[in-house]
Amino acid sequence: MSLRIVVCVKYVPDATGDRHFAEDLTVDRDDVDGLLSELDEYAVEQALQIKEAADDAEITVLTVGPEDANDALRKALSMGADKAVHVEDDDLHGTDALGTSLVLAKAIEKTGYDLVVCGMASTDGTMGVLPALLAERLNVPQVTQLSEVSVADGKVTGRRDGDTATEQLEAALPAVVSVTDQSGEARYPSFKGIMAAKKKPVESLDLEDLEIEADEVGLEGAWTKVDGAAERPARTAGTIVKDEGEGGKQLAEFLAGQKFI
Amino acid sequence: MAEVLVYVDHVDGAVRKPTLELLTLARRIGEPVAVHLGANAEDAAKILGEHGAVKVLAADAPEFAEYLVAPKVDALQAAYDAVSPAAVLLPSSAEGKEIAARLALRIGSGIITDAVDVEAGDEGPVATQSVFAASYTTKSRITKGTPVITVKPNSAAPEAAPAAGTVEQLAVTVADSSKGTKIVSRTPRESTGRPDLTEAAIVVSGGRGVNGAENFPVIEALADSLGAAVGASRAAVDAGWYPHTNQVGQTGKSVSPQLYIAAGISGAIQHRAGMQTSKTIVAINKDEEAPIFDLVDYGVVGDLFDVVPTLTDEVKTRKG
Repeated sequence: MSLRIVVCVKYVPDATGDRHFAEDLTVDRDDVDGLLSELDEYAVEQALQIKEAADDAEITVLTVGPEDANDALRKALSMGADKAVHVEDDDLHGTDALGTSLVLAKAIEKTGYDLVVCGMASTDGTMGVLPALLAERLNVPQVTQLSEVSVADGKVTGRRDGDTATEQLEAALPAVVSVTDQSGEARYPSFKGIMAAKKKPVESLDLEDLEIEADEVGLEGAWTKVDGAAERPARTAGTIVKDEGEGGKQLAEFLAGQKFI
Repeated sequence: MAEVLVYVDHVDGAVRKPTLELLTLARRIGEPVAVHLGANAEDAAKILGEHGAVKVLAADAPEFAEYLVAPKVDALQAAYDAVSPAAVLLPSSAEGKEIAARLALRIGSGIITDAVDVEAGDEGPVATQSVFAASYTTKSRITKGTPVITVKPNSAAPEAAPAAGTVEQLAVTVADSSKGTKIVSRTPRESTGRPDLTEAAIVVSGGRGVNGAENFPVIEALADSLGAAVGASRAAVDAGWYPHTNQVGQTGKSVSPQLYIAAGISGAIQHRAGMQTSKTIVAINKDEEAPIFDLVDYGVVGDLFDVVPTLTDEVKTRKG
């Protein structure tokens, strides 16, 4: 029986661009280029490796986001995912993490799955809570923050490097997995992969398809409210000295003046 | 006065510093009630009480160590039901955020992660966050349910505030559905004897300019002279010169010490995201055009192999 893998990916504003907020205090997506979140590339890579090690597996890449988010799906398809699901709906604008987890969980259930693979966090919100929220909503084990992952005999195993210890984890499928940037470099799409991606199916779903009411998501449905966003004041220009033999001593003098020594 | 649940991060009853910071912040919103899961609650209760915990709800069950995250969510939910708090605060560790997320979903509440400050507000607690690689500061609050907020280390100075810290046993039933992810083995990280990276008051980090694992002792020596933690940029970690657990940056650890010293680090956005909220920033780099110099309070343009050892000697001399 085929192993059904769903990879959740996010289309994020490029972190090297000039990111800022729109008037409604959501992320301004018009002013900066978007791309597939780098941390989700690791999730796609691990899904591909799990598929390669399996007898029979199929990878669906799933995203929730505006029309442009299609770019993130195409990138994942060009890396080797088989098909894609794009949840797009005007009422989703401003949805928070809890709302996004609802939409993803419904879409995952509709698609059908044995394994859900996520990145450890998005590179824009950086909350890192979505995999745990999905596990809670889907009522399946969470096997998260993995630097190594493998799937065999209906079980997922992996290594989690925590703050104070390294743990080996094991859970029966179905399960939700998240992988870190230590799980292995993501492959570059080949020319063949890019061409093939153009022909792969992308299913489009809206809130009605997922039986979600508009007021459960979006800014109105959000469980949190941003009351204000202020650009961090530019740091006042610091003192910069050129080392001509005295740099270390001058620095020590500065640190002593600041009471660090 | 309203009670505020504080999740205790500890290693066998040795309470970690971020929890004491949480207690300090919790006192702005109400009366802190600490939730201690695992062994040695009595040891923990002493220091928790000294920092303002009026009560310590304690539960110990083998499931906390045998399965990942979910049994702890069951326990925190039991504490929530027992107390009906005004807010729940947890440390912003990977596990803290996962527990917070699942709890929020279960109790029908919103969640805010990675707060750098928490204050009382007219409509409930207001959390400050530092976003987009710390280029923006936002103020947010939770509009539904009981606020669940995770707070980054070094967000407040722990204050002593003697309180009863009475230990009460918390009855916890771990659901079968919470036993899905088995922890097959657990290897505690070997102590380097240096402070924990996220908790340290001073961090000394090395980057591409360190030019090899064999040169990292130069960085370590400066760190040791200052009683600091050692960090590394992604370039240094990807090159295999230093362990990933020490990586500072967007995909590594986010640090906010009193003093951050970057040696041989250019200051790519990825790195800045993890250290930009440091109070005082110092950089040493050969390249005077390096973007890190835009952030510094004090910068030395020079070879780190000249500057860092001189600085280390100066620190040692001055400290006697």
